[in-house]
Amino acid sequence: MIEAQGLTKRYGEKLAVDDLTFTVRPGVVTGFLGPNGAGKSTTIRMILGLDAPTAGSVTVNGYPYAELAAPLREVGALLEARAVHTGRSAYNHLLALAATTGISRRRVDEVIGLVGLADVAGKRAGGFSLGMGQRLGIGAALLGDPATLILDEPVNGLDPEGILWIRNLLKALAAEGRTVFVSSHLMSEMALTAEQLIVVGRGRLIAAASVAELTSGSRHSVRVRSPQAAQLRDLLAGPRVTITTAGTDVLDIEGVDSEAIGRAACGRGIPLYELVPHTASLEEAFMELTKDDVEYRAGTTAGTGRSA
Amino acid sequence: MTSTAQAPRITPPRITPARVANSEWIKLRSLRSTVWLLAASVAAVVGLGLLFAVVALLHLEAGNGLGSVNPAMISLYGVYLAQLTYGVLGVLLITGEYATGMIRATLTAVPARLPVLWAKLAAFAAVAVVTAVAALLVSMLAGQAILSAKHSGASLADPGVLRAMIGAGLYLTVTGLLGIALGFIVRSSAGAIVTLFGIMLVLPVLGDVLPSSIASHIVPYLPSNAGMAVMQVHPGAGTLAPWAGFALFVGYTAAAVVAAALLLRRRDA
Repeated sequence: MIEAQGLTKRYGEKLAVDDLTFTVRPGVVTGFLGPNGAGKSTTIRMILGLDAPTAGSVTVNGYPYAELAAPLREVGALLEARAVHTGRSAYNHLLALAATTGISRRRVDEVIGLVGLADVAGKRAGGFSLGMGQRLGIGAALLGDPATLILDEPVNGLDPEGILWIRNLLKALAAEGRTVFVSSHLMSEMALTAEQLIVVGRGRLIAAASVAELTSGSRHSVRVRSPQAAQLRDLLAGPRVTITTAGTDVLDIEGVDSEAIGRAACGRGIPLYELVPHTASLEEAFMELTKDDVEYRAGTTAGTGRSA
Repeated sequence: MTSTAQAPRITPPRITPARVANSEWIKLRSLRSTVWLLAASVAAVVGLGLLFAVVALLHLEAGNGLGSVNPAMISLYGVYLAQLTYGVLGVLLITGEYATGMIRATLTAVPARLPVLWAKLAAFAAVAVVTAVAALLVSMLAGQAILSAKHSGASLADPGVLRAMIGAGLYLTVTGLLGIALGFIVRSSAGAIVTLFGIMLVLPVLGDVLPSSIASHIVPYLPSNAGMAVMQVHPGAGTLAPWAGFALFVGYTAAAVVAAALLLRRRDA
């Protein structure tokens, strides 16, 4: 369980994280989604006690991270920027971290096998590919068999096989009852991995809901094809209805569901060749949610331009 | 992998100072740069010690005396070079972590942070004092054996010799500890090494340029001059008493360590 209360981080003039309040529950994979620069990594650094919040607080299992007696055994973390000395072998890197809470050599060997680095464990981490580096980072996170995992952009640099591996690993870890918190700027990846989502933009909380709620709560439209499209448009027009022409005889209708459209058309004897409800994908839901942020950002840039 | 999430949680083993020290020891011995710098330090002490002993022997065989040079001191000259390698080693123990990002893994594993500083100081001190004193002992025994061919060798039993030799080892160790503290403060390898060399090498040179009436009040108290007082077999007029000087050097280093500790706690990693 991770709980953030009014978490805020200011770097000089820039508000990187702005009054974030959220809870990450055990048993499901929770995605931490936002465009690059939304404050995800800063938030994760604050959870791990690497950066001190300007205001607010965040706890893991009820305690600030720095007060955990054996952090590696309670929380496993993968940080976005590589956190490995390039001159040290993968094995010795894990061994040194494990030593801080008395984790055994046997467990280090086990983890190296688990993340698939057995062949290169004795090689210097500086020579690792991005994917191997990610695997080493994930190995470090799993060392203490922790009940909470916090992974910043874990699929970065992984090949398709590696992505599938991490996706299944995260789901399995969550199914064991662990808290799994995974950041990403890839909505499509989160749609496949996460059940719960915390969406941020420009450091602010935009949404905290399940993937299902997010996609259902956002745009629904119905695609209709009819030879009397113009007549249908007039029939359905209303204050809360948006109708756009998507092609010859094709309309995209928002604000009325497919049943109501079908009944209305039937009543007037308008033939329908197609009547297709369309639910926004997570990607579209995300774009919709962060639209305001993008506009706000553009406005800020314009303002700077004028004053310069 | 066993599930720990839903089973009643057994209090997990804690972080202890000994475990953090063990972690730092693993880190120290698992880098090639550490091993090379230690080898270079030992080579500097033994190599220069033997070289100067041979030069002195040739000088004696040519019928000249050693003048004011104490024969035992000849075996300690390698310290002038080794102070650089031990200092750089101390700096790199921490700036290497900042340069590569390893520091984030380190501080995530030990979020209380200060145990990392203490553990690095302890692991380095143990390695440095053993290697430095061992190298100095080899240099001293071999060098004096060479000089004894002309009956000019000193013995460890001679007044001040043992103290100077042990003191030289301690001086090298504390120089490295100062390097660690500067590394934590400056966080970049280049910046910390320049700062260390500035303090240890440049300050004494600047001190020598001062008018002698002022210099005598300043020069002996500069960190490297104070620290090296302990390795003088016969302390000269311009230096502090051996242990007083060394204590002052330890004091400067302790001040740097305190600054490092405060900054380590306060700053974002």
